[in-house]
Amino acid sequence: MGAVLADAFKQLLANIQAYSEMAGRSLANLATGPRYFQDMLDQMDDIGVGSLPIVLMSGFFIGAVMVLQTGSQFTRFGQTALTGDIVALALVRELGPTLTGILVAGRCSSGIASELGSMVVTEQVDAMRAMGTDPSRKLITPRVLAGILMLPLLTALNDFMGLLGGCVASVFSLRLNAVQFWTRAINALDFADVMQGMMKPLVYGFILATVGCYRGLTVRGGTQGVGRATTQAVVVASVMIIAADVFLTKLALYLGDKLF
Amino acid sequence: MPSPENETSAVVTFANVRIGFDEGEILRGVSFQVMPRETLVLLGETGTGKTLTLKMAAGLLRPTQGSIAVLGQEVSSMDERELLTYRRQVGFVFQEGALFDSLTVWENVAYRLREDGLEDEEIEPRVAEALQFVELEHTGEMLPSELSGGMRRRVSIARALASRPPIVLYDSPTAGLDPVTAQTIITLILRLRDVFGVTAMLATHRLQDGFALAKFRFDPDAKRVVRIPENGNNGIAPGEPTTRFLVYRDGRVYFEGQPEEIRESKDAYLQRFLV
Repeated sequence: MGAVLADAFKQLLANIQAYSEMAGRSLANLATGPRYFQDMLDQMDDIGVGSLPIVLMSGFFIGAVMVLQTGSQFTRFGQTALTGDIVALALVRELGPTLTGILVAGRCSSGIASELGSMVVTEQVDAMRAMGTDPSRKLITPRVLAGILMLPLLTALNDFMGLLGGCVASVFSLRLNAVQFWTRAINALDFADVMQGMMKPLVYGFILATVGCYRGLTVRGGTQGVGRATTQAVVVASVMIIAADVFLTKLALYLGDKLF
Repeated sequence: MPSPENETSAVVTFANVRIGFDEGEILRGVSFQVMPRETLVLLGETGTGKTLTLKMAAGLLRPTQGSIAVLGQEVSSMDERELLTYRRQVGFVFQEGALFDSLTVWENVAYRLREDGLEDEEIEPRVAEALQFVELEHTGEMLPSELSGGMRRRVSIARALASRPPIVLYDSPTAGLDPVTAQTIITLILRLRDVFGVTAMLATHRLQDGFALAKFRFDPDAKRVVRIPENGNNGIAPGEPTTRFLVYRDGRVYFEGQPEEIRESKDAYLQRFLV
């Protein structure tokens, strides 16, 4: 029993080490050539443009449901006017980045893991290496960069759609004035909130891309292994995003206090 | 042991190479050489380490012990960056072709040339030539999934030869193919050897592949495959391409020699390949 646990722990450590090494290299690759600009654009298209429908629609409905939930509480105190403040703060600081992170992880970490995993089992990664291409530069770095660059943009759009959804819900359900909702929402935000909301997705983008790549490139056991890697990539990336959120929130609140 | 003067002229030298994984040691001290323009046929059952040998020669895997020298370079002690440069001199034909399935046939063949930063005007004729060589010039715009198994292997050979490597490594190029298609692939390997003069290592479990390589050659003038003339005593006449066999068993070299020796051998293990 003890030996089994020790083995599992060793395995975990080895995984963390290999993951950190790969993630570190994906960024260190930028310092030297060759760089695959076209591959990065393709990935930005896939991760960024490809995730637009899911991010925009979810954002709209999340904003709407937040208004319904908070509005029903505020009505008791006759303070429905505050709805805009609450929705804006919660969305921009927390729900926008984290939900976008998890949604895109569900879509792209799995996609990356299954794509790279299939390449591994069909020896395409080996073929790439055999032809003198570094898979870390050609496959990992473009995806990680695309993740880091696209997530803040997706988050911004998600926030906007959330406010829009909130606005629609407050007009129809709480009978609030749309201009009033927007004014309160915008005024409730200060720079520290926006900074917090835009800093988090940078990290989330990095996490979801690196986890997808790591799971994909370490696939063992044929097509079944690819399936397993795909599921694991989503699970690990989502949990890591939520865990990172705790630390990032703490850091952002600290920085917000110090700087602004 | 190989003599020192041979060592300088050999294209590939394996010296006491060992490799193993969690499941145990697969190769336990393997030594051999491949001379220029020679084809070394690695024969052995599944799991005896044929593919591992090729992957180590290509620098895709590192031996746990021993040294590997290819084209005068010590492959086993190179770091990853040096290996990337080294691998550009070696063509590798994977068992299932390992074509990039999201790229067209043309892009697959042009892959390495593009990586090398060649201009399109330079790439175009070379890809066309490589595809013509494998008689698949009409498939350029197709995706690998639209091709048959044999065609995929042929594209894979075209991809390996597009950058004109002096060495080509074939990992079971005829595995899982029908006899006619397998024969086409072997003819291509013959042509590659006799037209471009490449040195080759070929892993297979089909003895007839090796015999075909040993007995025939491609005549570029007559543009057909002809039987290699024998000089009476020792099989192959001087100046003709040579083929040697290497048989693995239990992680060691069990047999090394000419095709005739296997055919005439009374050894039970070797005879299994004759069936």
